[in-house]
Amino acid sequence: MEKIITKNIRPEGEPPDLKAYEKAGGYQALRKALGMDPKAITELVKASNLRGRGGAGFLTGQKWSFVPVGKDAPHPKYLVANADEMEPGTFKDRLLLEGDPHQLIEGMIIAARALEADVAYIFLRGEYTLAAQRVRRAIAESYARGYLSKNILGSGYSLEMYLHISAGRYMCGEETGLLNALEGKRANPRTKPPFPQISGLWGKPTIVQNVETLANLPHIIQNGAEWFKGLSPGQSGGSKLYGASGKVRQPGLWELPMGTPIREILEEYAGGMRDGVKFRGLLPGGASTDFLVEEHLDVRMDFDDVHKAGSRMGTGTMIILDDKTCPVGMVRNLEHFFAQESCGWCTPCWSGLPWAEQTLTAIEEGRGEAHDLEILAHITRWVAPGNTFCALAPGAAEPLQSALKYFREDFERHIKEKRCPWR
Amino acid sequence: MPVAIEKVTVYIEKKPYKVKPHQSMLQACLSLGFDVPFFCWHPAMGSVGACRQCAVKLYTSERDERGRLVMSCLWPAIEGTRISIQDPEAVAFRANVIEGLMLNHPHDCPVCDEGGECHLQDMTVMTGHDYRRTRFAKRTFHNQYLGPFLNHEMNRCIQCYRCVRFYREYAGGNDFNAFAIRNLVYFGRQQDGVLENEFAGNLVEVCPTGVFTDKTLKQHYTRKWDLTMAPSICVHCGLGCNITAGERYGMLRRILNRYNSEVNGYFLCDRGRYGYEFVNNEERVRKPLLRRAGQTGVISKDAVINHCAGLFSKDDQVIGIGSPRASLEANFALRTMVGPDHFFTGMSDDESRLISAMLKVLREGPARTPSLQDIEHSDAILILGEDVTNVAPRMALSLRQSVRQQPLQLAEKLRIPLFLDHAVRELLQDAKGPLFIATPAATRLDDVATATYRAAPEDLARLGFAIAHALDARAPHVPDLSEEVRALAERISHALRDAQHPLVVSGPSCGSEAIIQAAANVARGLCTTGHPAGLSFIMPECNSFGLSLMGGKMLNAAFQTVEEGATDSVIILENDLYRRAPAPVVDTFLNTARHVVVLDYLANRTTAKAELVLPTGTFAETDGTLINNEGRAQRSFAVFPPGENIQESWRWLRDMMVIAGRREENSWQTLDELLTAMATTLPALARALEAAPPAAFRMAGAKLPRAPQRYSGRTAILANINVSEPRPPDDPDTPLSFTMEGYPAQAPAAVTPFFWSGGWNSIQATLKYQEEVNGPLRGGDAGVRLVEPAQPNNGSYFMIVPPAFEPRTGEWLLVPLHHIFGSEELSRSAPAVLELAPQAYVALNPDDALQLGVQTGKEITVDLAGTRYRLPVKIRLELPKGVAGLPAGVPPLEGISLPGWSKLSAGQ
Repeated sequence: MEKIITKNIRPEGEPPDLKAYEKAGGYQALRKALGMDPKAITELVKASNLRGRGGAGFLTGQKWSFVPVGKDAPHPKYLVANADEMEPGTFKDRLLLEGDPHQLIEGMIIAARALEADVAYIFLRGEYTLAAQRVRRAIAESYARGYLSKNILGSGYSLEMYLHISAGRYMCGEETGLLNALEGKRANPRTKPPFPQISGLWGKPTIVQNVETLANLPHIIQNGAEWFKGLSPGQSGGSKLYGASGKVRQPGLWELPMGTPIREILEEYAGGMRDGVKFRGLLPGGASTDFLVEEHLDVRMDFDDVHKAGSRMGTGTMIILDDKTCPVGMVRNLEHFFAQESCGWCTPCWSGLPWAEQTLTAIEEGRGEAHDLEILAHITRWVAPGNTFCALAPGAAEPLQSALKYFREDFERHIKEKRCPWR
Repeated sequence: MPVAIEKVTVYIEKKPYKVKPHQSMLQACLSLGFDVPFFCWHPAMGSVGACRQCAVKLYTSERDERGRLVMSCLWPAIEGTRISIQDPEAVAFRANVIEGLMLNHPHDCPVCDEGGECHLQDMTVMTGHDYRRTRFAKRTFHNQYLGPFLNHEMNRCIQCYRCVRFYREYAGGNDFNAFAIRNLVYFGRQQDGVLENEFAGNLVEVCPTGVFTDKTLKQHYTRKWDLTMAPSICVHCGLGCNITAGERYGMLRRILNRYNSEVNGYFLCDRGRYGYEFVNNEERVRKPLLRRAGQTGVISKDAVINHCAGLFSKDDQVIGIGSPRASLEANFALRTMVGPDHFFTGMSDDESRLISAMLKVLREGPARTPSLQDIEHSDAILILGEDVTNVAPRMALSLRQSVRQQPLQLAEKLRIPLFLDHAVRELLQDAKGPLFIATPAATRLDDVATATYRAAPEDLARLGFAIAHALDARAPHVPDLSEEVRALAERISHALRDAQHPLVVSGPSCGSEAIIQAAANVARGLCTTGHPAGLSFIMPECNSFGLSLMGGKMLNAAFQTVEEGATDSVIILENDLYRRAPAPVVDTFLNTARHVVVLDYLANRTTAKAELVLPTGTFAETDGTLINNEGRAQRSFAVFPPGENIQESWRWLRDMMVIAGRREENSWQTLDELLTAMATTLPALARALEAAPPAAFRMAGAKLPRAPQRYSGRTAILANINVSEPRPPDDPDTPLSFTMEGYPAQAPAAVTPFFWSGGWNSIQATLKYQEEVNGPLRGGDAGVRLVEPAQPNNGSYFMIVPPAFEPRTGEWLLVPLHHIFGSEELSRSAPAVLELAPQAYVALNPDDALQLGVQTGKEITVDLAGTRYRLPVKIRLELPKGVAGLPAGVPPLEGISLPGWSKLSAGQ
């Protein structure tokens, strides 16, 4: 497949500046979009079946359709690019931010135009300092060239764009936590409904969209919905950035057709397992997804297929577990992260995750007790979706509940032998 | 104003119930009497979905057997909603939430001040969680010093966020917050220090467990079950907040809020909560004192009566000076004793005039005086001349909510349920409805004001007159108004006219009758042009309104009668005259009168001058009726019987009358008999009788116990002296018993001594006494409104507009600046409150200070009515030029008449 959203990216080089980006066909889609009726843009995106690349896979066009548009719509309206990429094992947006910032900006202006938004923010993970430099420069170039600010390219449409650098918390990546953080408040999630499309940033209609999702927009505008759908063998359409980390030969990130089978990604692109280690399982899309194991390797990396296999595609960046790594230790490490990052709002999360972490630490350090597995299982059920205020704790439960399922004997050995067999 | 709303049918455990829409299922369940546990939800603050304690099973239809867990606080009561509280999965989940909270909550109930009235204990028992499954260490915190009112014990925190929501979002404080994340969220200040918000004390009741507890209670700690409690009325301002006062061993231990949907709702101010310690003050007069030839001696009760018999001979002229901090009953007894022609209200003449003027306005209408609940629902407000937070604090909390009324319409338009507190706040952000504040100095409500106007009292009145004129051209025109002020008046008139429930708040604090007239004109201008407005006048003391309704002569006239030799003796009722008139005048008066008898409970400069001091009971030891600023008569009940040498003022006065041979008053054996006599004599006060059930009221043939059933050790208290069980003290005046003996049922609101219900030991038990959540208490809230606007209304506008304020050279207009802690007389005798009271100062704007060549802290000389004060300077940026401020009621600045002109000089 030809590269779409990574075609301008030279991994070790500078990103294309405005001139280079334009030369590669950049901002043509914007020109085209500015000539379209905003509603037609939304319709096109709907027709393309573009699903959110942040992890939940919600249909982008459908999400936009809840935003009030037209004369009576409240203003200002906001578009926010969620560039707070803090999911462990995930580094796909970083590539897009560092490698082709103008593509994101163009995608954002197109989305903002469709929504008749007045202000756009890029909410950037604090540690992404290189991305910050490059995005800031690109925004300045766009302003200078008239792609931003008042009356863009004489279209009558105006948009302001700001880069906001996060103070840094995993919770800021949750769309409503992000909005609170952007308002200068604690990054606690918000009550839904109302959804941000109705009452978002500063109480106004707002769309929060992942970087990769936005990066697809110029291409959909330029090439159409059918072209986009045709890029992939699966149902979701388009390309997807897939990544692999862990003890594979070539950890990395690749743009491939949406729905590429896991085995193909692992073996053809990541080069298979390193010598001397064996595959045991993987988290398909970041830390907050359920483990998949050997039997799932032929599953296509698409939202619905991975879901059917009992996990989530999430961000599409896989973390691979091998036989030389203790699964209890790995899960303990993940739960440490999630417990640490709980915003402290709802009881199951702030209370349950540290309890899981304490229990896993005890098991890993040889202090495990027989009923600990029962308690861990209880916690994963207790923080199930709906029981908690947002998706953080249910996400945190996913690697734990699936590890208890697939690696149960490893947990039991820890408890029985009162030590970690891998140490 | 209540509108009939069609109810919807919801199904709980498959049974249909009719409930009001626009509420959460949690609220609906609680109103129906179901026990659904909760933490983060608060009836006044709505739902945020944090604690997950109120989970229930929701079914999509009759056929749905599986259902799913939802938080009942977040789920709306809409037609056809089906839930189960008893579903095993829901039951287990709720117990698991408690288990989660208990992972870190210390098991220190026996040494925790909250123990026995802890919502967390109640909810733990309610959910059935008991066995601890974790073996890991609990997390711990450092606690903070938060000032004299609150203890801080963060280890007990269950992260329900109620405190921070109340403090910041509801009460508008900003020096308290939630810090850090996960199970380490810290609720406190950025660093140790006194909490700045005037309502911080409510955290005692808002916190569901023992993180924030009453620091004054801790100094004389008693468990709730060992408190004798009574339904009392706060005496520290004119709003008449309902309180539960608790006593043990003759000492008042603490004050809790007593819910009244019309008045204080769920919250008190910190002066009201912590001012009570004056009752325990060492300066209390506990025995009759006789002073002769410079010698002071204690005398017995009988000797007092005999002495009195000889004190006032038949031909003597005796005058009586009443008190706005004494009950109707006490004032009426004095008035009866000396006769209406010799009864003086005991307010300063200025105050007396102002309160009479306010009363006249309220009686002649057309504007109605609103309750605090009405105020909370007002949607455009003008405050004229009052620093509400510092003079009638609880009203400020209502006003702070009222600015949300107009913006809330947006939430309704977007169909965001109003009970979703955070969803609504996120939508509204900083949007606020109209609130205009016109005062001489900054106020603590300015942060939510649409606009503020700082001016001298005359100019504030002129703004008011101009608003009235803008509303109705028949109101007088204000000449020589600046364009700016005229535009402001226009703007305010539009905001008030566009509102559905406009409100004018004013009062006597600026000492200006013109301000009261201006406020009356604005209200009249609204009412007569089809915009029914509320008019709320602030009253300076707990019974100013009642005393004014009773009527009496001016204080200076009393001074005059003595000066002229027309009077031989003076009886002063619960009143320190040195706070009412200049010291030299009071000195002359007290020195000239042949006999001075003072009835009071705290020693003060007036008692020090008396020949005879009769110890009377405070609100905690006596029953009495007070009329609040709304014109609501409320009965306050004693918590414990007065000590053996202490009597109610009215009983002392009755005894004196009886010894003087007045038979009629001999029939005043109980409070009811006195009230009946008052009703006959003063028809305007007749309905005060109805403020509470009479003493003969019984439930199941028994009295209502002031002490709870679990009260421990009553019969053993004196066992070290005598093993015979003492007879419980009698209370002939009320239907309440002083002990646990009686019928422990839900009584009418006015005689409900405390909120306590099976399984609900904390203050959250209030829910069980309400007709529905946030509704009136069962059988109706306590209190009787005595003043309604005359119908039909035929009053007229006040036509005299004062001239504009002109600054003078070398002289400043001194205006009173009120302080919630420090300006009120009684709470100054409560150590915790006094700790926060300012020292006397003079406030100047920077230009005036520069002109005088002084800066902050430097002492200057203030000449006021013949007295010279040296006071340190405070700079107040917002004070108008030519206007200076003095703290009201702060020694030595007592008994002075403000506003008044004074020379200020930097020299000695």
